[in-house]
Formats: sequence, C-alpha cells, structure tokens
Amino acid sequence: MAATVEAPATASTAPIPQVVARRVDPEPKGWVSWVTTTDHKRIGIMYLVLTFAFFLLGGIEALLIRLQLSVPNNDLLTPQTYNELFTMHGTTMVFLFVVPVMAGFGNYFVPLMIGARDMAFPKLNALSFWLLVAGGLVFYGSLFFSPPECGWTCYSPLSDNDYLPSGGVDAWIFLIHLTGLSSLVGAINFYATIANMRAPGMGWGRLPLFVWAILTYAVLLILALPVIAGAVTLLLTDRHFGTHFYDPGNGGSPLLWQHLFWFFGHPEVYIMVLPGFGIISEVLPVFARKPVFGYKAIAASTVVIAFLGLLVWAHHMFATPSPSLVLIFFMMSSFLIAVPTGVKIFNWIATLWRGTIEYKTPLLFAVGFIGTFLIGGITGIFVAIFPVDWQLTDTYFVVAHFHYVLMGGAVFAVFAGLYYWFPKMSGRMLGEGLGKTSFWLMLVGFHVTFLVQHSAGLEGMPRRVYEYPDIRDLAVLNMISTVGAFILGLGILVTVINVLISVKRGAIAGPDPWKANTLEWFTSSPPPVNNFDTVPRIRSVEPMKDIRRQVLAQTGGVVSSAQPTPVEAGRMAAHPGADA
Amino acid sequence: MTPRRAIPALLVALAAALVLAPVASAGLLTPEHGGSSNADDINWLYTVTLIVAAIVFLGVEGVLLYSVFKFKARRGAVPAQIRGNTRLEIGWTVGAAVILVILATLTFIKLDDIRNPPDSSATGLQLADSSRRLPPNGKSLNICVNGQQYIWRYTYSADCGDSAKNLGAPFSYEEMVVPVDTTVTLDIKAQDVAHSWWIPELGGKFDAIPGYTNHTWFKIPAKFGAKPGGTIFYGQCAELCGRNHANMIAEVRAVSVAEYQQWLAQRKTDIQDAETKGAAQRKQLESGSTTP
Repeated sequence: MAATVEAPATASTAPIPQVVARRVDPEPKGWVSWVTTTDHKRIGIMYLVLTFAFFLLGGIEALLIRLQLSVPNNDLLTPQTYNELFTMHGTTMVFLFVVPVMAGFGNYFVPLMIGARDMAFPKLNALSFWLLVAGGLVFYGSLFFSPPECGWTCYSPLSDNDYLPSGGVDAWIFLIHLTGLSSLVGAINFYATIANMRAPGMGWGRLPLFVWAILTYAVLLILALPVIAGAVTLLLTDRHFGTHFYDPGNGGSPLLWQHLFWFFGHPEVYIMVLPGFGIISEVLPVFARKPVFGYKAIAASTVVIAFLGLLVWAHHMFATPSPSLVLIFFMMSSFLIAVPTGVKIFNWIATLWRGTIEYKTPLLFAVGFIGTFLIGGITGIFVAIFPVDWQLTDTYFVVAHFHYVLMGGAVFAVFAGLYYWFPKMSGRMLGEGLGKTSFWLMLVGFHVTFLVQHSAGLEGMPRRVYEYPDIRDLAVLNMISTVGAFILGLGILVTVINVLISVKRGAIAGPDPWKANTLEWFTSSPPPVNNFDTVPRIRSVEPMKDIRRQVLAQTGGVVSSAQPTPVEAGRMAAHPGADA
Repeated sequence: MTPRRAIPALLVALAAALVLAPVASAGLLTPEHGGSSNADDINWLYTVTLIVAAIVFLGVEGVLLYSVFKFKARRGAVPAQIRGNTRLEIGWTVGAAVILVILATLTFIKLDDIRNPPDSSATGLQLADSSRRLPPNGKSLNICVNGQQYIWRYTYSADCGDSAKNLGAPFSYEEMVVPVDTTVTLDIKAQDVAHSWWIPELGGKFDAIPGYTNHTWFKIPAKFGAKPGGTIFYGQCAELCGRNHANMIAEVRAVSVAEYQQWLAQRKTDIQDAETKGAAQRKQLESGSTTP
C-alpha cells in the first residue's frame, strides 16, 4: 500500500513532514499504572470519569430538591436536609463538575490540538488531578458528620461560627482550597503548555478556538482563584482563630465577603462557559463542512468576555446598600458583556449558514447549546438592569437564568464535546440512536424544568426555600418543573448507558471519523503514548484540511476503497518504509 | 440575510411581540406589581425589556432554526467556504450595542421615579419629622425594619438610629400596618445574619445586612384602604438566613389613615399595658413571692 504514496524527497519541498525517530515504550497496564500516570491523556480520562461521577451525584441531589418542591408545603425533607442538599448540589456542580470537566477535556485535547507530546509539567498535571480528588473526598466526607448548609456562596455572617458551628462549613472551605489549588496548578500548566509547546508553524493566529478558550480559562483562573483562596482563609480564621474580618460587631464587614466572593464568583461563570464556547466553535464547522465564520472575532470576543468578566462582580449585589454610581457602573459593564457574547452567537449561526449540515449528535448538542444559551444570555440583560434586578434577584427567575447559562450553556457544550471526542479517546463511536434520544430528552426536559421557573420567580418565589405557600400559580409551576427535571435526568442516564455500552462495543472509529480539521485527528484513536510519530508543519488554522489536500495531490486525486484514507496515507507518508 | 428576507422576519417578530404583551399582563411573564408606583415602574421597565428581548429572541432563534433546516446536507450540495465578512460583523456588533444603549437610556429615564419617593398625597398622613428626608417635602412615615432569625420587627419611629427615641416607640412583628396614600420610608437593618426585605407588589427587595442600613419606600394607593381591615400584601425573606428561611414571612396591611391612627394608638396602649404587667411580675419575683 505504501507504494502508492510517494515518500517525501526533502524536507523543504515535501508537504508531508519528516519522521521524528524515537523509541516509544509500550503502554503500561494495570490500575497502578493509572494511579501513577503522568500521561495527559490518562489524566484527562480520569478527570472526565471523576467529574461525571460528581455530575451524577449533583444530579441526584437536584432531583431530591425538585421532589421536595413538587407540591406546596411538602414535608418530604427536613429544612436542615434541604439546606444541605442545595449547598452540596451547587458546590458539587460548580467546583467538582463544570470547572474540572473543562480541565479534563483541556488535559486530553490541548496537547493533541497543538501537536505536543504532553503537557509542559506532567507531574504537576497529575498533582492537579489528585488535589481535585482530595477536595471531593474532604467535601463529601462531611456527609458523615454535618454537611454545610449555607448555600454555595456561604454568605457571612450565616457561615460564621456563631450560626453554623458544625464542621460542614470547614469542609466547604477546604474544598475551595483544594480544588482551587488543583485548578490553579492546572491553569499554570495549560498556560505554559500553550505558550511554549505549539507545533512548528502554529502561531497565535492558528491556534484552534478550543485552545484559545482554554488559554483564557487558565488566565481567568490564575487571576480569580487567589482572591477566593484569601477570602475563605479569612473566613476560616474568623471561625476558629478569633479574627473579625466579616464581623460587623468588631469592625468587620459582611459585605467584604460578598465582594471577595463575587470578584472570584463572576469570573468563575466565564471560567465555566468559555471552554464550552470553545467546544462549540470546534464542533460547528466540522458538521457544517465550513470554516468557522470570523475566527478572529470569536477568538477576540473570548478574550474580551474574560476581561469584562472581571469587572462585573457587584451585579450579584444590587440589593445590598450601595451608592447609585456603583450600581450604574456594574449595570453598564454587565451590558457590555452582551456585545461580545452576541458576536459569538452570530458567528456560530453564520458558520452554519450555507453549510451542508450533518445531523450527528455532537451537532445537535451544539445547536441545542446555541438556542438554550441565547435565552440565558437574554435573561442576563433583565438581571443586569438593576431596578429590575431588585424584583428578580434571589428568586427562581435567577435560578432559571443561571441554569440556562450553566446547564444550557456549559453542560450542553460538554455533551457536544463528549460525543465529538469520545471516538478519539476510546477508539470507538458512541451510539447515534441513543445519542439522539439522549439529546431530545435532555432538551425537552431542560426547558420544561427551567422555563417555568422564570414565572415562579416573577410570582414571588424566593430561592433556597424548602417549602412555599399555595399561592398564585406556584403549585402548578413547581410540579411542571419537577416533571421536567426527571425527563432531563432520564436523558442524562441515556448518555451514561451509551458510554458504558460503546466503550466496549461501539463501532471502531478510526483516526478521523468526522473528517475534522484540527490536529488531534492526525493520530490514531486512541492516540499512542507519545501522541504523534511526527508533527506536520502547521500552515493554517485547519491543518488536517491541508494534509488531506496534500495527500490528494500526491495520489493524483484518485480515491478508491482499496486506497488508504487521506489521514492514513498522510501518516504512512510520514513513515516511509513502515509498511513496506 | 438580504433585506427582502429580513423585513418579513422582522414583521413576524413584531407581531409575536404584540401577541406577547397581553400574555405578559396575565402575570406569568412579568413581576408582581400594583401596590406601589415604584413596583409599577419596575414592571414597566421589565415589560419594555421583555418586548425588546422577544424581538431579539425570535429573530436570532428564527435565523438559527432556518439555517439548521435549510442547509441540511444533501447529495451534491457544496458548502460555501466563507471565512468571514467584516461589514456584517461590524454591523451586528454595532446593532447589539445600540439595543443596549436604548435599554440603558430607558433605565435612566425611569430610575428617579423608582429610587426616590414622592410626597404623600393630600389625603395621606403628613408627618414632618422623618429622619431621612427622602420625599421632596421631607415628610414621610418612617418605619425601622429589623431582620432577625426568623421574623421581621417593625418600629414605628422617625429616627431608627436613636435608640432612646426608639425605646418608647410602638412596634410590631411580622405584620406591618401602614396608611394608604402615604409615602412610607423604610430603614432596613439586620441584627444577626443577612436577610432581604421583599413584598413583590410593593417594589423591589433590599438586603438587610448587619452593620449597614438600607433604604426603600412604597406608597399604597387609596383603593387598598377602602375596605375595613385593609388589604394585606404578602412577602418572604429573600436572602438565605438559615433553616427557617422559608418561614420568615413579611406582611404589609394597608389601611385608611383613620384606621392606621386608631391601630397605632391601640398598639401604644397594648404595649404600655404589657409593660406595666411585666414590671409588676418582675417586682413580685424580686420580692421573693411565688404567688402571682
């Protein structure tokens, strides 16, 4: 077969790169090799498995919350259990699922997409994973004594020792420290990797959009995490060492906590959704068979959103005693974010426009993401107008809004990424039938759950109440929401089953099942330990397209079933004599 | 999109927005209001935003669905290899910014009416000694709101900061009684954890945070005081304050001015009686007698 492909004569004239000769150790086996691994791909997979386990835990907590709220004046759960549940649900989803799941995809795909053999600091990479495990263990360990009950924001003074003396809040504080440290070392690693280890020819203008998103995610983490680490340390010393940072009786301020928390907490929202934007920007062009529309605009808007995301934290605090000027500043800065976000959405739609769209599951999730995230973005404008926010904040309208952003945004993107990249990670395709079933159940379930919550909030239902009176339409709205939550849960379960089946019995994927354009598809599925035997010289933002074109030119454009696929041919061309 | 296609799309969006308006007034799509002009103004601002949002939503979602269905992969179809269009991109960036400028302008127009209390009506209660001269004429009924786990305490006093003045002032728990047609200003505080004062029909919520004083106001129209016993507006604490957060109820009963004055006088007498009784009991206890 190799005879049909001309081996490159010299490096300068040949379009196909030279072989990098290198002996590669066989892949180690057994659980010890997993625990001690520093391979970014294995760490990425462990990240994904762990975070999806937390996702399921957080989902079960959510279903219990919805069960309790299904009818007015319900007494299924005690107020204490209820407060513990929403605290664990929020904390789990933010700190143990959405943020680290993005690191999971990042770990696996950033080195592959930029043509590197591993992350810059492989051992630091392993450390970041094990710190996440430690954070999860410490937090869920509190189940055996007393879980925290102050919500994922743990506002002082409620989180002070006087009101919640149990160890749950301390477990929460250590979770923030451990997962924060995990994300911080991970972020430094991403930054170092992307800045230094790109394949030859991959300038900043040729960086895949997912890598742009992870780079921005890393920078935001590096800027925001030290603030929350400091804030929870102050809380810890307030609780146990007699300091009074948040105690108004002794010169401290509960508002200080809110400012510090949200200075981290709002960028955190973008930390959660920006990598999702990156995934969408990778998936859409592949299934529309078009280049992404406005590459520079999408990359630039990612950076602009991150910058503005650092300037809007006090829009979570519109109901606190604040001067008008502060309110106006934070309203205007929040408005500004809508512009680059809108630019992204328009660019994605323009990417689909006049394409030839293939309805594979990753595309469905990506389109579902755009449609859903748009609603979250629009309701974001309502809560940014501070007089309007005085009616909406701390109600179910806000609960609906941030679920549209985080579940409709980040989670749909994560599922798009899962269906898109599963073949690369496992070598097998996820089932399309189950995938589509899962998508439709999730889409319908999601909107049934959260759309009506806007109305519940408008009718006066505050957040974090374990029961509500039977007034206005609250009973019927909550019942609809609970039914929707179970449909959504079923949809997620279908994907879990799909993964469990496909990992052993899925169709063999081959190196490039989607005919995608980025570099991770220029290696076998799953990739070998060293990722690439050779790395091509990058000449555009779509290196695989260039390679296919080269191979087609070399083979004279004759493609028959007996001939290798362009990718295989490209790889064989890079190994003259390997098959001979 | 060519202009010829854009115009019908815009018309559809407008029509849908018009259909939406009556649905919105049904209450499921807009915040509670009707008890005070600030709540009504917020509702107006919200509704205008909703109409703008509905047009944007229908437009963008429409184009998305159109492109998804129209450009489905078909045999022989060739995807257009377009990488961008600078004019189009600048166009939609400016377009998005213009919409936001309009919304910000509307907010600033309404802001004064929402934030600053008006004078009481001529038929309302005219009090001259408000501690915070929020209405232009400086006259309002001032009430000190104090959030406590898990009940609201109201002190009917002009000066919430002066505990000597507050000591003898009438107070009530959970239910606040106010006269109609009168501008009521509130000084909101908390004595333990953070709470949030909120009666949806009377305007937005304001946090009660220990160490700080927050302010809001409302003015209930005369019609709500017409029937004997007045009208009750119901609300809940809106900031997580502990296990009993859901049961921290707030009620405002709007009554006629005469009824309010009668209630306040009765309240003063009741408190006085209770204190006298308490003092007598204390004296008895201190003297060592066990029989009441």
